[in-house]
Amino acid sequence: MIDNNLLVQMLIGALLGVSVYLPLAAGQLSLATPAFYAVGGTLAALLSTTWPALGAGADGSLPLASFLLELLLGGLLAGALALLVGRPVLRLQGIYLAIATIALVEIVRVAILNLPFTGGAIGIFGIPQPFPTAAGYLLPALGLLALAGWLCQRLEVMPLGRAMAAVRHDELAASCMGIDTTKVKLTAFVLSAVLAGSTGALAAHVLNTWNARQGSFDTAVTMLAFVILGGSRSWLGPVVGGLLLTALPELLRPVGDGRLVLFGLVILLGPVLFPQGLITAALLERLGRLGERAEAREPQP
Amino acid sequence: MTIQTPAATAAPAAPLLEVQELTCRFGGLVALDRVSFAVQPGEIFGLIGPNGAGKTTLFNLIAGITAPSSGAVLWQGAPITDLPPFRRNRLGLARTFQNLRLFDGLTVHDNLLVALRRQPGESLLGGLLASPSHRRGERQRQERAGQLLEELGLQALAERPAGTLAYGDRRRLEIARAMATRPSLLLLDEPAAGMNPSEKDDLCDLIGQLRRRHGLTVMVIEHHVPLLMRLCDRLAVLDFGERIALGSPEQVRRDPRVIEAYLGGSPP
Repeated sequence: MIDNNLLVQMLIGALLGVSVYLPLAAGQLSLATPAFYAVGGTLAALLSTTWPALGAGADGSLPLASFLLELLLGGLLAGALALLVGRPVLRLQGIYLAIATIALVEIVRVAILNLPFTGGAIGIFGIPQPFPTAAGYLLPALGLLALAGWLCQRLEVMPLGRAMAAVRHDELAASCMGIDTTKVKLTAFVLSAVLAGSTGALAAHVLNTWNARQGSFDTAVTMLAFVILGGSRSWLGPVVGGLLLTALPELLRPVGDGRLVLFGLVILLGPVLFPQGLITAALLERLGRLGERAEAREPQP
Repeated sequence: MTIQTPAATAAPAAPLLEVQELTCRFGGLVALDRVSFAVQPGEIFGLIGPNGAGKTTLFNLIAGITAPSSGAVLWQGAPITDLPPFRRNRLGLARTFQNLRLFDGLTVHDNLLVALRRQPGESLLGGLLASPSHRRGERQRQERAGQLLEELGLQALAERPAGTLAYGDRRRLEIARAMATRPSLLLLDEPAAGMNPSEKDDLCDLIGQLRRRHGLTVMVIEHHVPLLMRLCDRLAVLDFGERIALGSPEQVRRDPRVIEAYLGGSPP
């Protein structure tokens, strides 16, 4: 039921969940992830179809190095855009920030739809493939997710991560403790954008075709659902949420048209049954204790 | 400018903190009206006044949370009126809050780590890759957090979420968190609020100890006048946004305007 293609899609969902989680870890409800995802994907689609130096073959193949370069460039371009719009946008708080970032998503969508070189409503198709089968994408997608998880895990023991937690709890108190709250929020926003941009570049190749609909308000809501269902206390929450909610519509395919209703029900019931999300602090603590016990059982050398 | 007090003329060095003609209006309400005074290095400076006199507003202006309508705040003689709170903190100005603003979801230990700054040479990339300078900085932060926990008697609570602490412990944690930023001036906003008499005595001793050990200057808002009389070198009295008295506890106690503000009655 779960084939390689769906697995890659699930990993992309998990990556986007982490991208929404990063600003949220600094207390900022930003829904800009689809905009950066679209920017990264469009850049990769454009580069690989029009830039001969990348070495796309006539048979629709692409050298692996070019693919990795696109992931990097997609992330960098999205990051640069975030740096540019972040300063004014992050002056807003709470629901106002959410609305402003939705506006950003719409601006990017309409721009991609109307720019002369992005293929209009049809988009860009025949994007060259670095791998012959979907299975090939598993490794880069997993690698990117591992990188994102490692980043989030490192943040926990770094001044930046602690500053993000402080801003999340009480921005005013944090600024009185010498924390440059604007910079902390902007850094989290840019990190989130870089991740979304790289994910977009990856997704463009996976999907083989790319158009303006990839980053829309609907996508923003779905990505937010990843975090709400999974939980936002740890980066593992959005990962689990992204994996589950990407797989669910496909797994529900046998149900037919009812699947969208069921999908909606899960999103609706998730927060009711698990208000903290599936991955809670208490669960992580239990897992941590299990880990310690397992370590204690290991024979000492 | 300001009226020179005996204490100010005795110390020729620039005051650590000076406020000049600070005025703050909220709409039609004048919360502070041309308040001026200077805080000398090493002293404990008290701020008293009836409810609504503008004491916390004055702290907010000094910490940079509220912008004054007019007037200036000077730090060691240089104006800091336009600096944001985090810059003022990095200069050496730390505060606590009247209504306690701890990071409740974080542990006691993490509340302190948040306030412990990065050492020069530590970068974001270095932190991600656990570079030697990051590890050195991290070791120093852990050590310093340990010292502060011990100094304020919070070791046993280190791993508890700050939100679960008893009231007095939360007050002490807030002082510890402010101390973690290595201030030269500590602003305490009603640190003894809600404490019983013996806790108030302990707090008094603690503030004295901190001053001695860290060469600290302290500004403190307090309602409990006997405590302030015992603790402070000098006091300023605010009433309806105006500084009505300034001087030693003895001088302030005898000031007719202070007596009037606290006990009511017609002016002599």
